[in-house]
Parts: sequence; structure tokens; C-alpha cells
Amino acid sequence: MKICVLVKEVPDAAVDKRINPQTGRLDRSGERNLNPYDTHAIEAAMQIREGGTVEVEEIVAVTMGPDTAVRALHKAVSLGADRSVHLSDEALAGSDVAATGYALAKVLESESPDLVLLGQQSDDGECYTIGAVVADHLQMPSLTQVIKMDVSHGSLRCERQAEYGYDTVEVETPAVISVGDAINEPRYPSLKAIMGAKKKPLDAKTTGDVGIDASKVGGDGSAVSCGDFKAPPQKAGGTIIEDEDTNETVEKIVAWLDERKLI
Amino acid sequence: MADILVYALHYEGAFNKNSLGAVSEAANLASQIGGEAHAVVVGDVSDDLAGQLGNYGVSKVFRAEAPEGLAQPVIDVMAKIMSDQGHQYALFGGGLLGFEIGAGLAARLGAGVTMEVTQVNVVDGRLAAERPILGDSSISTSTYKDKGIIIGRLNAFESKETGGSATVEDVQVELSPFSTKAKMIQRGEQRGADVDIEGADILVAGGRGLGKAEGFELAEELAKAFGGNTAVAATRAVVDAGWYPYAAQIGQTGKTVAPKLYLAAGISGAIQHKVGMQSSENIVAINKDANAPIFEFSDLGIVGDLNKILPKLTEAIKAKKGG
Ligand SMILES: Cc1cc2nc3c(=O)[nH]c(=O)nc-3n(C[C@H](O)[C@H](O)[C@H](O)COP(=O)(O)OP(=O)(O)OC[C@H]3O[C@@H](n4cnc5c(N)ncnc54)[C@H](O)[C@@H]3O)c2cc1C
Ligand SMILES: Nc1ncnc2c1ncn2[C@@H]1O[C@H](COP(=O)(O)O)[C@@H](O)[C@H]1O
Repeated sequence: MKICVLVKEVPDAAVDKRINPQTGRLDRSGERNLNPYDTHAIEAAMQIREGGTVEVEEIVAVTMGPDTAVRALHKAVSLGADRSVHLSDEALAGSDVAATGYALAKVLESESPDLVLLGQQSDDGECYTIGAVVADHLQMPSLTQVIKMDVSHGSLRCERQAEYGYDTVEVETPAVISVGDAINEPRYPSLKAIMGAKKKPLDAKTTGDVGIDASKVGGDGSAVSCGDFKAPPQKAGGTIIEDEDTNETVEKIVAWLDERKLI
Repeated sequence: MADILVYALHYEGAFNKNSLGAVSEAANLASQIGGEAHAVVVGDVSDDLAGQLGNYGVSKVFRAEAPEGLAQPVIDVMAKIMSDQGHQYALFGGGLLGFEIGAGLAARLGAGVTMEVTQVNVVDGRLAAERPILGDSSISTSTYKDKGIIIGRLNAFESKETGGSATVEDVQVELSPFSTKAKMIQRGEQRGADVDIEGADILVAGGRGLGKAEGFELAEELAKAFGGNTAVAATRAVVDAGWYPYAAQIGQTGKTVAPKLYLAAGISGAIQHKVGMQSSENIVAINKDANAPIFEFSDLGIVGDLNKILPKLTEAIKAKKGG
């Protein structure tokens, strides 16, 4: 089995995420890191490999993003991927969800994976949906938010929470599965793995290399335009108590509740 | 003329509340852009049930034979109807399937898609969708070059009964080969005890910050101290981990609640949780991380360790009640 894992570089959670008012795109300056949700997808791939039910020949990390995204690939490799693929091209800048999914599907097509894994959401994009777009282009069955996955030859038994409770779904491979963050507890990379990550093969690809129709990607190729950014209505800021002396804190909470007749 | 197609999710003989909201919203928007709103249902839906959607404002309901509870068969159905009948827009209420269907449909039709939409406006006879982004710190507006797919945020659209009626039209759709490669084995399994959080006046909600399943004892003790109509609720993170029953989950794939008091312990305040509780009258949050998003929408925020605060708070409330 060959597994491709989609990973993305996102602004570090500790950094303010902002929109650049000139371009209407996310401000990409500041610290960046591997999307934490994607570490669960890499871990899921590792557990399939280590589980031994099926033989995993290769785990390939795939990203689309600017030059700096290489760091996310190094991180993915330090967590267990064997090699990585970086799709990077000026033409892709400003792609919407559908265009991003299309471009990623083209890269994946060139890899012919038996299983595509991805995270439940990107920390900055929060679209939850790249998997569904990718799957439609690849003509593969797909499921998002999977929190348990048993792999056997030719199929996966998946569990996930949907609108009415937990669903169990049997999915034939090849398939595209986005994993929920409850699926596993990602491991920490060893120092050796971190040091070795830069030596693992990394293929840089442009749109032309994987047959992406440039008219379908980038800001111009996207079917939706976003703009007109505005601030949401502000709720009056709440009272904040820093807990230093817990007895005092509790007294304040009780007084606050009592004032509102909640006790 | 621009028509709107809405997906109506149903389960055990009833439509999803968010789908009904989307149906009403579609009817309202269609009248503003001079088009019609139609609904689509798949699977086992009686004439009577399908017809009920007329009462929420659609004039026609398309019904197709296809497996239920999975996205890809519905994508096949909606793509065919939209192509054959020329619908300009598709609308979905908040929920998991809507995200999957909407995104796959956008891929299939080369349409634009926006998710987590909180409001749809009509600008120059076309739809423009507002979506909060970046942890709800900003709102962006999407417009569509051609076809547009709009996926609402949970509870964004309200259902309204109009007293109208709809015709039901059966459509034959051949499913794509890959759409039948996922099969539902079991649907809607309820994990854990059946608890009622929707009727409670006070909810003590626990998240991953409780540390382990046993951590919920702290929340239960506090709930007991409040007494009366108080219940314990949970985030998806802890329900998925098996720490607390699914029936107690608040949020996008759980319950929507609006108690007099919602007290969160060890909950970060992710959007998918917030959408299920933001209408609570009083929101109190205890979290050790001063930057936790939940503090942005709480009325009283306590930055501190819940393991220190909850036991003392429980004692203090008991004392107050006793005295
Ligand atoms: C499509 C989709 C649907 C979803 N549906 C839902 C849903 O229905 N409901 C839902 O809740 N979520 C849902 N989620 C998940 C959601 O995004 C979050 O992952 C989840 O709500 C996080 O739960 P949490 O706050 O318990 O955990 P975390 O986000 O891990 O937060 C734990 C918090 O506890 C704090 N903490 C830790 N230790 C302590 C301590 N000792 N004292 C005080 N504070 C402490 C931490 O600072 C942290 O803020 C959904 C996600 C997606 C993508
Ligand atoms: N540019 C990208 N390159 C590779 N993978 C991506 C990219 N954007 C999103 N993904 C994957 O899609 C998942 C869901 O992202 P999103 O739909 O943006 O919330 C992420 O967790 C990643 O696994």
C-alpha cells in the first residue's frame, strides 16, 4: 500500500492571524509551522504501517504552498513520511478551496496512492473540505472526520461522528480519508529523525509538471472571489479574573453568579 | 432567472432542523432574485414527508433513490439536477454532510463554494455570502463567478412555516462507480448514556482540560452543588475519546443549547463548539490559557487551573446554598 498524506504549512497558533487588506489574502509573515491537525494524519499512516495488517511500501507527504512550506514537509518527514512532494508555482497563489483541491488532486494522480490521508481542518483555512474536493477529482470514495480506521486488504472500516451519532462505514480503497484529531495521539519526532529529515528526497513540482490547467487555479481561476472584509459585531468584553488566590477567585465567582441570581 | 436547490437531510422520518432553516432561507433568497427554490431528498422519503417541505417555502421537491447518510451519492444526484434544470445556486444548512456534499459538488460543477456562512445577502440580483474567518475575527464576503454553493453555519438560518405546498418529482440518477464504494454499516449509534442537556437551566460543560474521564467527576460534583435543573455537558473531543456520552455533546454534530448559565471547564471554545452554545444567557469559562478563544465570548472568564478552582467552587456553592 502506498499512502499519500496531505500536509499544510500554517501560521503558528501563537501568532495573530490577519488578512492583508491590500491583497485580501492571509498575511503570511511571521512564524509558521506544520498544521497540527495534519500530524494526526501522518500518525495514522504510521500506525497502519506498524499495524502490519497490510504492507505499507511508502508514505509520501504532499503539500501545495510557497517556498517556506518546505519546512512543513521536513516536519512531516521527521514524523515518519519517507519522502515528500512540494507543489509550488506563482500561478497557484490565491487559489480557493476548489482550485486547491483540484491542484492537489493532480499531484496525487501522478503518485497513484492507494490511500490519501489528510487532516480534519487547516488552522488558517478552516474549510474541512479539501478531502471531498480531492476525492471527486480522483474519483475515489471519501469520508471526513474519521476517528477510527481498521485497514484490511482492499478496504477500510471507518468510524466517525455525524449528525445523528456515530456511523460505521466500509470504504473500498483507493480512498481519500480525512481524520479527526481524536483518532490518535501523534508521536514526537526523535532528534535523529529531525536531523535526518532534510536528507530525505523532496520533489519540487510546478503546475506544468503534473498537468494542472493553469486557467483553473490561482485567484483568476477560482470560481469564488472573497473580499469586503469587515469586523464582526463586537460583544462587550467579559470580566476576566486571573486566579492568584483561589479562595478569593471563588468568592468573586460566587458573587458574580449570585448577582445574576444563578445560585 | 436564478433558481436555488437545497439539500434536505432527513433521518427516522423527520427533516433536520438546519435543513429546514436552509429551505426557508432559499425560499426567501429566491424570491429576491426572481427565481424559485427547490429541495432535493434522497432515499426513503414518503410523498407526505417530502411534501412537508412546501410548508417551508419550496415549490418543488426532487426525490432520488440513493443510499442515505453518505455524501457522494447525493453529489451525483444534485450535480445531475443542477445541470439538467439549470439551478444557479445550491444551499445547505449547517452539518457535516452539507460540508462534504457542497465541496464535492463544487468540484464536480466547477462552482464556487463557501462554508460556515452566517448570512446571505442579495447584491445586484446575485447572492453574496458572509463567512466569519480566522477564528471569527473577521468576516469575508464571497461572490461567485458562475454557480455558487453556500454551506451555512449551524443555526445560521431560521426555518419559517409558510403554509405552502410542493410537488414531488422523482428523478432517476445513475450513481458514479466510486460513489457506491463506501457503504454504511451502522448509522447513528448512540454512545454512552442517554442524558438530557437541552432541558437544563444550568450546564456545567467539560472539555479536554479535565484531563481524563475521571475528571468529569469534578464537573458532576459542581453540577450537584448547583442542584435543581443542572446537567453536565461535553465537547466532541472528550466524547470522541469516550470520556462522556454523545448525548451530552454540544456543537456542530451535537446539541444546540441556550441555558441560563453555561459554565465551561477546560474547553478551548472552538467554533464548532461555540455554534452550539453561544446563545446561552450567561457564559462563564475556566481555562488555564489566557489566549483560549472561549474568553472572547464569555461574560466571566477565569484564567486558572480547573483542578484548583472547581473543588473550591463546588464547596463555596454548597455553603452558599446551605446558608
Ligand atoms: C466538522 C467538525 C465538527 C465538529 N463538531 C463539534 C461539536 O459538535 N462539538 C464540539 O465540541 N466540537 C466539535 N468539533 C471539534 C472542535 O473543533 C474542537 O476540536 C473541540 O471542541 C475541542 O474540544 P475541547 O475544548 O474539549 O479541547 P481542546 O481544544 O483541546 O481544549 C482544551 C482546553 O482546556 C484547557 N486546559 C487544559 N488543562 C487545563 C486545566 N488544568 N485547567 C484549565 N484549563 C485547562 C486548555 O488550555 C484548552 O484550552 C468539530 C470539528 C469539526 C471539524
Ligand atoms: N495547500 C495545501 N496543501 C496540502 N494539503 C492541504 C492544503 N490545504 C489543505 N490541505 C489539507 O486539507 C486538510 C483540510 O484543510 P481545510 O479544508 O483547509 O480545512 C488539511 O488538514 C490538510 O491536510
